[in-house]
Amino acid sequence: MFSGEEMATLFTSIGITHVVSIADSTIGAWHPAIEESPDLRLVRVCREGEAWAVAAGLYLGGATPLVLIQCTGLFESGDSLRNVLHDWQLPIFSVIGYRSYLNQETLPGDTCLVFTEPVLDAWRIDYRLITSPAQLDEIRAHYLACRESGKPGAALIAEGRA
Amino acid sequence: MSDSSERMPLLDAVQALHARRRADDVVITSMGAAREWMALGAGPLDLPLVPSSMGTAPSIGLGIALAQPRRRVIVINGDGAMLMHLGSLVTITAAAPTNLVLILVDNGVYEVTGAQPTPGAAPARADGTSIAFMGMAHAAGFQSVYRFSDAADWARNVERVLAATGPTFVLLDVSSVPGSKGPRSPGPAAARARDLRRTLTQKLG
Repeated sequence: MFSGEEMATLFTSIGITHVVSIADSTIGAWHPAIEESPDLRLVRVCREGEAWAVAAGLYLGGATPLVLIQCTGLFESGDSLRNVLHDWQLPIFSVIGYRSYLNQETLPGDTCLVFTEPVLDAWRIDYRLITSPAQLDEIRAHYLACRESGKPGAALIAEGRA
Repeated sequence: MSDSSERMPLLDAVQALHARRRADDVVITSMGAAREWMALGAGPLDLPLVPSSMGTAPSIGLGIALAQPRRRVIVINGDGAMLMHLGSLVTITAAAPTNLVLILVDNGVYEVTGAQPTPGAAPARADGTSIAFMGMAHAAGFQSVYRFSDAADWARNVERVLAATGPTFVLLDVSSVPGSKGPRSPGPAAARARDLRRTLTQKLG
């Protein structure tokens, strides 16, 4: 739906300094553009639970990190994000790939479609569902609103057929 | 728990570092190490990770080290916590911050829950042999790797170890403290986070 260049430009324009990430087939295609951006540093982690903690450290150190993971990693990283977003109340923003959302006709059995949004609600993450390329500015607007209020937030990016 | 006949008390291990850390070092502690560190006195750049998500202290340290590359960041982690996020060893060496020191205090047990052996400790393993954290640190690619089992030896070498080019991994063989309790939060976490960030960003070196 979005190119790596579009995402890297977006992240730079809103002041992101570090992108903490694990690739999936959508997100991974963005990594080269993020790495090539002189204003962004890509921090690769081995497991999504680490991503929230690395981002927490970056934020405490004065940087402006963003967590970039797939929804499956959201499921894995619950305790870590609970600690970072709710115990320590750090306003970490995330961009989360919504696996199979655009493939619901061909892959209707993917339970990511069942659990992703309820899990985000359960963790009290204020998110915006992005299903169309026309919504790029909605990610920016939501990020800026979250930053203004000092709260965490997420953009949930539909994955599958573009 | 690494197979070592000699072990130092956790308090001695922590005390040696507490006495020699620089005032501008960030020190992150978790579990039993956090309890002992707070008893010795925590400063404005110290982060006792309570409440925690067990195992994430090295990752938080990595983040601070990347954000503040001219400041030394020291993390004291337990072996049970390390096993929960072993991949963080690889994440750290991928980013390769020269200013990060990861100290692993290894007692082989989940101390604050009643000293149950970790899956890495000899009593819990089918072959009766403890896993090799030193081997893992070397294999992951830490720039400097050390091990100490004697408190006096550790105390003599703390400054040299902290001055080494990082990322640095230090294994300390420590004895467990029977009946010890978990650390208590020294205050509201969100306020402590705000204070630490304010202090770190005011004193950017």
